[in-house]
Amino acid sequence: MDGVNIPLDHVLLLSALLFICGLLGLMMRRNIIFILVSLEVMLNSSAVAFVAAGARWGQADGQIVFMMILAVAAAEVAVGLGLVLQIQRRFKSLDMDDANRMQG
Amino acid sequence: MLKLLPLIPLFPLISSILLMVTLGKMPKKFVAILGAGSVGLAAVTTLLVGLAFMESGQPYHQVLWTWMQVGNFSPDIAFYLDGLTLVMMSVITGVGFLIHLFSTEFMEDDVSVSRYFAYLNMFVFAMLILVMADNLLLLYLGWEGVGACSYLLVGFWYQNPENGAAARKAFVVTRIGDAAMAVGLFLLFTELGTLDIQPMAEAAKTQWQVGDTVPVIACLLLLGGAVGKSAQLPLHTWLPDAMAGPTPVSALIHAATMVTAGVYLIARTHELFLLAPPAMLAVALVGLITSLMAAFTALNQHDIKRILAYSTISQIGYMFLALGVGAWAAGIFHLVTHAFFKALLFLAAGAVIHCLHHEHNIFKMGGLRTRLPVVFWSFLIGSAALAALPFTSGFFSKDMILLQAYELPGAGPWLWAGGLLGALLTAIYSFRLVFVVFFGEAKMEPDKLPGIRMALPLSLLCVLSIIGGWFALPLSSVFPAAGDHHPSHLIEGISISIPLIGLAIAYLIFLGGQLKVDGLVNSNIGQVLKKFWFSGWAMDWLYDKLWVRPYKFLAYILRRECMDDIYNTIVKFCQFLFMVLSRTQTGRLRWYATSMVFGLILVIALLQGAI
Repeated sequence: MDGVNIPLDHVLLLSALLFICGLLGLMMRRNIIFILVSLEVMLNSSAVAFVAAGARWGQADGQIVFMMILAVAAAEVAVGLGLVLQIQRRFKSLDMDDANRMQG
Repeated sequence: MLKLLPLIPLFPLISSILLMVTLGKMPKKFVAILGAGSVGLAAVTTLLVGLAFMESGQPYHQVLWTWMQVGNFSPDIAFYLDGLTLVMMSVITGVGFLIHLFSTEFMEDDVSVSRYFAYLNMFVFAMLILVMADNLLLLYLGWEGVGACSYLLVGFWYQNPENGAAARKAFVVTRIGDAAMAVGLFLLFTELGTLDIQPMAEAAKTQWQVGDTVPVIACLLLLGGAVGKSAQLPLHTWLPDAMAGPTPVSALIHAATMVTAGVYLIARTHELFLLAPPAMLAVALVGLITSLMAAFTALNQHDIKRILAYSTISQIGYMFLALGVGAWAAGIFHLVTHAFFKALLFLAAGAVIHCLHHEHNIFKMGGLRTRLPVVFWSFLIGSAALAALPFTSGFFSKDMILLQAYELPGAGPWLWAGGLLGALLTAIYSFRLVFVVFFGEAKMEPDKLPGIRMALPLSLLCVLSIIGGWFALPLSSVFPAAGDHHPSHLIEGISISIPLIGLAIAYLIFLGGQLKVDGLVNSNIGQVLKKFWFSGWAMDWLYDKLWVRPYKFLAYILRRECMDDIYNTIVKFCQFLFMVLSRTQTGRLRWYATSMVFGLILVIALLQGAI
């Protein structure tokens, strides 16, 4: 395969940056939709790492795991959006700090 | 005939069980017939067995069955009949029957007469087991049995809380002695390997020398049991309060039979006591001091039954004195005559109380001589025997005790002098009772007269109180011979004259009025002494301060269990951790995510060995 040969290090660096962005978003955003988006970013950052690793060693496993992550992400979004609707109905807002009734 | 022996305790037992299971539904007439009749049958059987025993003259041993078998310890349910047992059985069934007969009239108005006779029959059963047992364990069964029946009968009129308290006191105080006795039995068993009385005495004689430590300790522990049951110093405080029970109960249990169980125990184990001279001396001293203290107390009481209760304590003190100086036969002789005249006095007192609207205070009585002649003569004869006037039964037995005490080398004359002082006091307080109750002006009119079922036992006991001293008890084969006594005429003369002097003093003070003691009594020291003696040498006060209050205080401190505190601390710690950790559950999603991230970082760092 002739193409631009990107070193593995660079891809892993990208993956780590994406993961940290997602993690920071998860920890800092209050809107539940952005939290879900951050989760997607984190999932996909690991997916990138899998694909890169698969390409590096010429194995198909990495791409298969990527497909599985897609499926997990889709399922997660289905559940997550259901929760979003419920939270919106119950609290009339999407701020997760309002949904803190279950405590100590 | 001797084979009939087990029937004797069986009759009262069957009667008692029948009375218990019928729950008081039985007609009163049957109750009386069953209750008194069963003891009567036992008395007749005792007579038959006694005649057969006299013919053979040999101790008779009958094993019924093995009680239990634990290792090499296998006590039997077995009876041993010798002269001592026969004497005790005759007193228990004979005097017991007369008192049962008296009770049928005394208790006929009571609603729970069935319960009364059930307890009383059970008592006779337990007392018979006590004296017939061939081993100390079976004896202990009877010992505890009479204690339980005594508790039930003292608290018979249980609606009054005071009676319940008196019953509890009797039970608890005697229990202290019983604990000592139980320890004594354990000691004897571990040392000698058996509790059968005859083999035990043999083993003790071969194993121990006179004056060894172990027999002294064992005998002192047995003495502890005896002083508890026989109301001697320092465990005597329960007996005056035990007068809360019906009067025939006081006559049977707290005068004639149960309280003499301690005397019987020491006489039965006399071969052990002979190996322990210090324990013998302790017995004599306990007896003498108790008899003097109780006599002083009896001088000051005004409840007719309490006077008799203190006189019982005093007379049992004489029996202990006799046992302590080795006059075994004299002690048992006094036990028998005391059973006669004290039962007579108590029954007569019961008749007075019964006929006088349940009045107990002697100073509210008076002039009953002409109104209740049968009771008067009974009381007079009983008091004469109690005071040991010449030729009454009490005279012979008490004289024997005092003379043998005098013969004891060393402390003998002192014991004799103390005994004489007690005899003088006995004469004074017993005739004080007679003069105050039966002479002088009448202050109350009796509302009924004693019937035949009261008069008959009284008359029979009168006869026994007079001629009781002429019986020769079959004790010579049981006890070592006491040796010949040749007291000087002076000693004998003093012994005879002392009760007469007491009688004269009582007459001069309480009837003639020639001797004025008001000035002496009303002086400061007189008042103090009077109060002191009235309270029974303040023993109850002392025990209250020494034992009851500290015990209550401890109970107050320990009412929360200390062990619980340890477990409660663990619980408190867990609750504290829970409080702290539940703070971290804020319900904020971002907080959870952040803490998870930092936790994860921490775990990875630990795994990498960075920290």
